[in-house]
Amino acid sequence: MLQDKDRIFTNIYGTHDWGLKGALARGNWDGTKAILEKGRDWIINEMKASGLRGRGGAGFSTGMKWSFMPKQSDGRPHYLVVNADESEPGTCKDREIMRNDPHTLIEGCLIASFAMGAHAAYIYVRGEYIREREQLEAAIDQAYEARLIGKDNIHGYPFDLYVHHGAGAYICGEETALLESLEGKKGMPRLKPPFPANMGLYGCPTTVNNVESIAVAPEILRRGASWFSSIGRPNNVGTKLFGILGHVNTPCVVEDAMGITFKELVEKHGGGIRGGWDNLLAIIPGGASCPVVTAENCEELILDFDGLRAVKSSFGTAGVLVMDKSTDIVRAIARISYFFKHESCGQCTPCREGTGWMWRVLNRMAEGRAQKREIDQLLEVTTQIEGHTICALGDAAAWPVQGLIRNFRHVIEARIDQYAANPHPDPVPVAAE
Amino acid sequence: MAKIVVDGTEVEVPAEYTLLQACEVAGVEIPRFCFHERLSIAGNCRMCLVEVKGGPPKPTASCAMAVKDLRPGPNGEPPVVLTKSPMVKKAREGVMEFLLINHPLDCPICDQGGECDLQDQAMAYGVDSSRFAENKRAVEDKYIGPLVRTSMNRCIHCTRCVRFSTEVAGVPDLGAIGRGEDMEITTYLEHAMRSEMQGNVADLCPVGALTHKPTAFHARPWELAKTEAIDVMDAVGSNIRIDTRGREVMRILPRTNEAVNEEWISDKTRYVWDGLKTQRLDRPYVRVNGRLAPATWQQAFDAIAAKVKGTNGKRIGAIVGDLANVEETFAFKQLMGKLGSPNIDCRQDGAALDPSLGRASYIFNPGIAGIEEADAILLVGTDPRHEASIVNARLRKRWRQGGLKIALVGERVDLTYPYEYLGAGPESLAELTGNGTFADVLKGAERPLVIVGQGALARADGAAVLSLAARVAVAAGAVKDGWNGFAVLHTAASRVGALDLGFVPGEGGLGTVAMTNPGAQDVVFLLGADEVDVAPGTFVVYIGTHGDRGAHRADVILPGAAYSEKSGIYVNTEGRPQFANRAAFPPGEAREDWAVLRALSEVLGQKLPYDNLFALRAALVEAHPHLGRIDQVEPVDASTVAALAAVGGATDKAAFVPAIRDFYLTNPIARASAVMAECSALRLGGTAVAAE
Repeated sequence: MLQDKDRIFTNIYGTHDWGLKGALARGNWDGTKAILEKGRDWIINEMKASGLRGRGGAGFSTGMKWSFMPKQSDGRPHYLVVNADESEPGTCKDREIMRNDPHTLIEGCLIASFAMGAHAAYIYVRGEYIREREQLEAAIDQAYEARLIGKDNIHGYPFDLYVHHGAGAYICGEETALLESLEGKKGMPRLKPPFPANMGLYGCPTTVNNVESIAVAPEILRRGASWFSSIGRPNNVGTKLFGILGHVNTPCVVEDAMGITFKELVEKHGGGIRGGWDNLLAIIPGGASCPVVTAENCEELILDFDGLRAVKSSFGTAGVLVMDKSTDIVRAIARISYFFKHESCGQCTPCREGTGWMWRVLNRMAEGRAQKREIDQLLEVTTQIEGHTICALGDAAAWPVQGLIRNFRHVIEARIDQYAANPHPDPVPVAAE
Repeated sequence: MAKIVVDGTEVEVPAEYTLLQACEVAGVEIPRFCFHERLSIAGNCRMCLVEVKGGPPKPTASCAMAVKDLRPGPNGEPPVVLTKSPMVKKAREGVMEFLLINHPLDCPICDQGGECDLQDQAMAYGVDSSRFAENKRAVEDKYIGPLVRTSMNRCIHCTRCVRFSTEVAGVPDLGAIGRGEDMEITTYLEHAMRSEMQGNVADLCPVGALTHKPTAFHARPWELAKTEAIDVMDAVGSNIRIDTRGREVMRILPRTNEAVNEEWISDKTRYVWDGLKTQRLDRPYVRVNGRLAPATWQQAFDAIAAKVKGTNGKRIGAIVGDLANVEETFAFKQLMGKLGSPNIDCRQDGAALDPSLGRASYIFNPGIAGIEEADAILLVGTDPRHEASIVNARLRKRWRQGGLKIALVGERVDLTYPYEYLGAGPESLAELTGNGTFADVLKGAERPLVIVGQGALARADGAAVLSLAARVAVAAGAVKDGWNGFAVLHTAASRVGALDLGFVPGEGGLGTVAMTNPGAQDVVFLLGADEVDVAPGTFVVYIGTHGDRGAHRADVILPGAAYSEKSGIYVNTEGRPQFANRAAFPPGEAREDWAVLRALSEVLGQKLPYDNLFALRAALVEAHPHLGRIDQVEPVDASTVAALAAVGGATDKAAFVPAIRDFYLTNPIARASAVMAECSALRLGGTAVAAE
């Protein structure tokens, strides 16, 4: 378990002053100028050495991402964009940073922007986060007032920070759709290449990072890469904000070390599973797009990127959704499927057409009003979506369904048998030839 | 250049080529719906997925991936693309299935049937049965104007129509609302589209979601005979294909010609065909006691002969209209010569163009494709959007490429791209011969282009304005080795050809305006000239196709053939002779115009020396060899422009007015078209109200 001295977010529960005074007392903005004076290359190398992997879900090395930005500007400005469009169902870590510890993020923005030669950064806040945005803006105002950031600031690096409030579309959390939305266009993902590091916001080199990835950067640079990389398992290092929600006794967001076991996390911080450990049915480990993990696999489950890959799921954003045995797993996944159908942007064919198809079939399966052969057919539909779309939403929509079929096929089959055993007025549909 | 291996074939292509283009070079067909060569890349249909060896373990959209973005192999081997692998086959079948699950099974009643990309590609790349057991999506049909019919259930959301109207037409009426499977293409508030090129969206639509409303449910593509022809609605000379069933023209489609119209045509070109069927003159008429009475050819010829015989040739005039082809104009000129008449004119509007100065003084010298090379453009007294929509699309295309400065002298109009407004009349034009902001821009430009419209020339001081415009061009250095940036934009399809033939007043002859004055002439022949008003007292012989202004004024009507009903050569505003085939036959007793003239010449005792069209054409080409070189623009003597600039003359202060006020009703065929009338009413009446 993480020791208190190793925590980065010391006000994650808002028990102390969120403002600048409190932040300074907690050690934010300490020696920022000294960090900047060590230069761009030092910062990027240190970030690489720290082994920090992006906290938005994909887990790409943050230092590596920063290093993709052109070293010299070709006349175009560089931009940092912070993805605070935290829309993944089951994920609520960034909001705690923004409303309770906003200065970690603001300081991170300054340092990251400096490291990639950006003089302006945008924070794209999810539409539903009203209070979070207000708190963040107030904190930015404080930082401007104290000349921590701004055109003429005490760090000697001209830097402006803007908050943009989205309109609440899930797809705007995809980095290129976010950039489109930021430019005032419809939030639809762009084709890659060109990648944002080459042509991003307004056609200029841009890096898009998750709130947490940026907010932890100052502390890593202050304490040194080796401190950060000493926590957790190799390739899965550092501290991480976990969310524990669903059928646990005390749902919460908590910072702990990467590589903590699920059992420890849920017992220590979540107050245990409702009705005891044996009542566990399954978990969705990192936001709605991650395939479910069954209770058997949860016994020894290690929560980090590699640990979840081992059980054919993914770490995602570490918002662990716990489901006990009262859950109708088919209906739960059907509801997730509805979410993806609802949030599909409609740009490319497989996702636009496939998400609705999956949802409708799953809805019938939840009732049992389906044929057993449709299970394999549904699985095939998911593979027709996966990997064929412009952005990762297609994959995200396909994975939960794949996870359901892989782990709970027997539940679906039992449901179908049960339905078929009873007389019903509605016929089971059969595809037209 | 970069090397790439496609299905085992190594090809060398420019590095910026997309994989789709590279595959085409290698002779491999890639199915696609959203990709179109002339539109931006959307990459959203996902039909063009291919496998890239060594890339990510998922297929790549070939339309959006450039060859240069692929990594070479570990030892520098060229990247490998597979288009027939199991991964690609599965991807295509998957995408095809997704496109079809919500596509209605209404091919039997769909106008796109037979020329539907979805149908064709479903046959080639799809599977044969459906697994989709849910209800299909239903989408309400939208009203988007009188020209394009919607059937939105069929839409596959390729967004070609949206991209066309935004990029090419420059009138972004179309867009998509809603997300996911609720995404719908619409004009937002269901108003009519406001572009002059909107018909092209129905051509672009790969399915039957957008079809041509005027031709809806009229014919199946496979029962139509297809004839390659040239459009006469404006002077662009758009290449068209006329589709006929039996004697009836069913529709008009564009043909690709990179030098002229690329693959677009204007709505007037496309939807004017219903005008070919109404108000037609299908028999001769002779005015008896002030009323036109049906007559036989013999009676009509006798009435003319009685009038012409004994009339001095100097009291006989001839005006050729806007739609005539070169052959009949040539025959017309010869006939007038034999009658001893110097009073001939092809400039119905009185535009001050003088062919004796040389060809460079009246054609669009840089060519339509040359617009793309220009870097500063001055528009003088012209509204290209309505006078030549296709040329305007080229101007917009050039503007979109960036680095282009455009200015306009004349009436303020919406050209779909921004321009600098310099003033209304000749005075503002004269300022450009000196120094000034835009004069300097023109001088500083590598390839400046001055486009003069008919609105600047069809006025009393037209010759002086033309000379002034030439002076501006010369002062800007627009005429030099390898570049002639002096361009006259015509509005009449017959004009350049007739000017090439010298169909202008001979020595002592009268022009259009003088001829139509009271008492100026005893007899006037009008060859499809409907935009003139001949004063009372003159005996008018009208040879034409429609019961329009010319026919109403006529004393004798000789029914002729419309452009779809005769074969002939048209010379477009660039001076490019183009050959049009005959697609149908003239109605009733009407005959091809050259044959009418030939018969008339015999009655008048001045027999023209050819008995068939080929002999006429041979005589024409012998007299004017450049007209025989089809599709080639004859090089011109650029010094003509300098000579034109030296002509000088006094200009007055009146503002330039556009040559075209009502885009949809510029000629007798268009005025006979119900579709064009509806469009015109819609345009003039402001907002359209959808039927309740």
